[in-house]
Amino acid sequence: MSAPPSPRPGWTRRLSTFLIAHPRVTLALLLAPPMAWLGAVYLGSLGALLAQSFFTLDDYTGQVVREVSLATYGKLFTAAHMDIVLRTVAMAAAVTLASVTLGFPVAYLAARHARGRMKALFYLGVLLPLWSSYLVRLYAWRLILAREGVATWFIERVGLLGALESVLELPVVGGPSLSASYLGMFLVFVYMWLPYMVLPIQAALERVPPSLTEASSDLGARPRSTFRHVLLPLSLPGVVAGSIFTFSLTLGDYIIPGVIGQSSLFIGQAVLVQQGTAGNIPLAAAFSMVPIVIMAAYLSAARRMGAFDAL
Amino acid sequence: MSPEARPVAVRFDGVSRRFGDVPAVNAVTLDIFDGELFTLLGPSGSGKTTCLRLIAGFERPDGGRLFIHGVDSGGRPPYERDVNTVFQDYALFPHMTVEENVAYGPMIRGVPRAERRKLAAEALELVQLPELAARRPAQLSGGQRQRVALARALVNRPRVLLLDEPLGALDLKLRQQMQVELKALQRKVGITFVYVTHDQEEALHLSDRMAVMRGGVIEQVGAPGEVYEEPRTAFVAGFVGASNLISGELAQRLLGTAGELIIRPEKISVLPAGAAVADGACVADGRVAEVAYLGALSRVKVDLEGGGALTAVVQNVEAGHRDVAKMQGQPVRLSWRREHARALEPGAPS
Amino acid sequence: MRSSARSSSGRGAPGTLWAAAVFGLLFLNAPVALIILFAFTTDAASFRFPPPDYTLQWFGVAWGREDVWAALGLSLRVASGATAMALVLGSLLAAAVFRTRFFGREAISFLVILPLALPGIVTGIALRSGLNLAGIEFSTLTIVAGHATFCIVVVYNNVLARLRRTAWSQVEASMDLGADMFQTLRYVVLPNVATALLAGGMLAFALSFDEVIVTTFTAGQKQTLPIWMLSEVMRPRQRPVTNVVAVFVMAVTFAPILLAQRLTRDTETVAGSGK
Repeated sequence: MSAPPSPRPGWTRRLSTFLIAHPRVTLALLLAPPMAWLGAVYLGSLGALLAQSFFTLDDYTGQVVREVSLATYGKLFTAAHMDIVLRTVAMAAAVTLASVTLGFPVAYLAARHARGRMKALFYLGVLLPLWSSYLVRLYAWRLILAREGVATWFIERVGLLGALESVLELPVVGGPSLSASYLGMFLVFVYMWLPYMVLPIQAALERVPPSLTEASSDLGARPRSTFRHVLLPLSLPGVVAGSIFTFSLTLGDYIIPGVIGQSSLFIGQAVLVQQGTAGNIPLAAAFSMVPIVIMAAYLSAARRMGAFDAL
Repeated sequence: MSPEARPVAVRFDGVSRRFGDVPAVNAVTLDIFDGELFTLLGPSGSGKTTCLRLIAGFERPDGGRLFIHGVDSGGRPPYERDVNTVFQDYALFPHMTVEENVAYGPMIRGVPRAERRKLAAEALELVQLPELAARRPAQLSGGQRQRVALARALVNRPRVLLLDEPLGALDLKLRQQMQVELKALQRKVGITFVYVTHDQEEALHLSDRMAVMRGGVIEQVGAPGEVYEEPRTAFVAGFVGASNLISGELAQRLLGTAGELIIRPEKISVLPAGAAVADGACVADGRVAEVAYLGALSRVKVDLEGGGALTAVVQNVEAGHRDVAKMQGQPVRLSWRREHARALEPGAPS
Repeated sequence: MRSSARSSSGRGAPGTLWAAAVFGLLFLNAPVALIILFAFTTDAASFRFPPPDYTLQWFGVAWGREDVWAALGLSLRVASGATAMALVLGSLLAAAVFRTRFFGREAISFLVILPLALPGIVTGIALRSGLNLAGIEFSTLTIVAGHATFCIVVVYNNVLARLRRTAWSQVEASMDLGADMFQTLRYVVLPNVATALLAGGMLAFALSFDEVIVTTFTAGQKQTLPIWMLSEVMRPRQRPVTNVVAVFVMAVTFAPILLAQRLTRDTETVAGSGK
């Protein structure tokens, strides 16, 4: 039989043939809009920010002097400002460690020992708080840590009120109340980022085929050894991936220190203050560079560990 | 009809296709005649699938020209070629029913609904699956999916049908049954089938003509009998069926000639030591080194006196598995007709 | 995972492990439960626990608050706009990255995730500087623009993952049967990718609806719902009203994410598999 009746040779068909014949044109067309956006708008803004950090603020006129210099960075490295950086980094580190400690059992159980409905429950139990709004959860802690709130009620019931008061008297960790102390801040940070730690670890552990642990016990290893020699190393990329989140999120956050903190600033707040009331955009930009640089170093180390597969 | 007068469905004229530095298809020249079932046979990486895709239009030639029914088609997109493909993974659309899958071609062409359904029903009838029209691909078995893919390709009445290892996913019995059906179908519909496979038995069974490919190049083209009984190169001899390759000193000793020759294992008779042989037959004595019992056949490898080895294949007419096992280590006499030792083309790389 | 005919976990985990895990889960979920609880308290002035009494009045009060409605409206408009942009840009990008090997492909994957990977404040301040430099005033559009930047990646990831799971042979089959690129897109690609687009879109919506940090820098004087919440968190007025709004926000962000999960989990099988 002869060829079927040919379809309408419309312009769409001709365009289609052209695009197929010229794959590079097609590619360029596909890439142009998103790249224009991400490249020009986003990267451009980031570049502008970086550029700003090399300018200085003239103290007298309050204007930004557009001459390239390292003066602003000089200001950054003064004692008062470095305090801010160290404080933030220390908190980030503490939060990360606590998250790993608290999150690993949850992830491990969910990945290796939970089946069916129990597993769904675990998933939900970790994802529910993650999906609830950040501010909602923060508000929850404001509620809990308030002087007359749940935490105090609980501590009184358990009879640890005296202990709490002593802890609050401690120089660094304590404060006037739970809701205005580093301890309180620490608790909230851990709470907020815990799901981000659990999920990558769980994913990494789930990726370990059961045949590996079976081979290990087949070769004579007891459960503890299997854990130490097989599961733990394989879960490490997941731990690193999770720590990227907890570290990075803590480094840049300014809301939690503002709500649950005291007057001493964290990096995020410093940026906010500098670019807002102080009008010192260059210094704000310089401050912003700190978490960027720290995370860049962290990320490249993590990539070499293969953590990106666990994201 | 002489070969030159037969109408050509597909012509490769020095066609090349490179992927990076690697020539997947290297200056291939080939004529596929109208109405025949033509097979491209070769190991993976031989370029057979690429040739198929060049005909379909999923690849464009880097060099040479490709003609489909006389039209230079190298630059044409797949939807402008009067060619349809049955894919290796069937590529059925999971979100459509069987009927919608089969009616896809007509739908694109703008055929009205009632007539589409009729065409689809006819095509499904052709592949013997009329009752499955409302099912979804996920609910079908492998064999059924394969037939639906066939129906979907045939409903458009293409002049050339391409089949990319369509039976690869099926188990042996089903595969053999489908081979018979495909051959009958091709006869019935009468269009050109271009069939790609790495299974030489399948190629021998199905083809009117076949091409053996290796490394992007065609080593031999011809009817199955020709290719099997008159292989040109050692590769063809070894890929299409098994063969004993005899060269150098062994050739001199056994056959009295230089050069490379092959003998098919089934052409060698295995006789008890010292048995009488027919006049003019060649002879070699030795001891059984290995014997493999394959049910209907046994494969016997014999270490020859004076060095070298030959493998023979014998039908288990009288012998049962116990007799076969006892052959191990026994002295035997091998015999074959002189004309069954074929010389290969000189200089062909093995 | 096959059903456990073998029980590598059969011998069970030690009790301490279970206890630690359960504690972790409780730690994660108790605060959220408390939020819901405090939407019903009669005490408007403090967070006294346990609540003195329970009432439904605050739901009515919240309904009447003008500022809440205004903020909600803005959040919905922004989220819709950002989602639409993210859907378009994310899909284009996924399509580009999917089949072609081009220079800078790895860089693109990195670039796309950057807005989410860098601390929000960096993105926020960068965008604000950029806007200032370009002399653009703050408006709803600037908020949408900011959100779109980090919403692109969720659509991109979803669509790319789904594209990778779709057998390319389907596209070839469609063209082989006579359909050109656009018809193939309409009849074959889109149905396969639809649920991934939906899931990505819903995730983007939830992300945008909940965002506060970047928004603060690009909103000028306007208030989205999270910004409203933030001012309440800092300086609470009618506390239970905030709780009511919080419950509402949880519902709005929770539902789409759950649906998105369901959508991307159901279609695990590779289409067109011949085996």
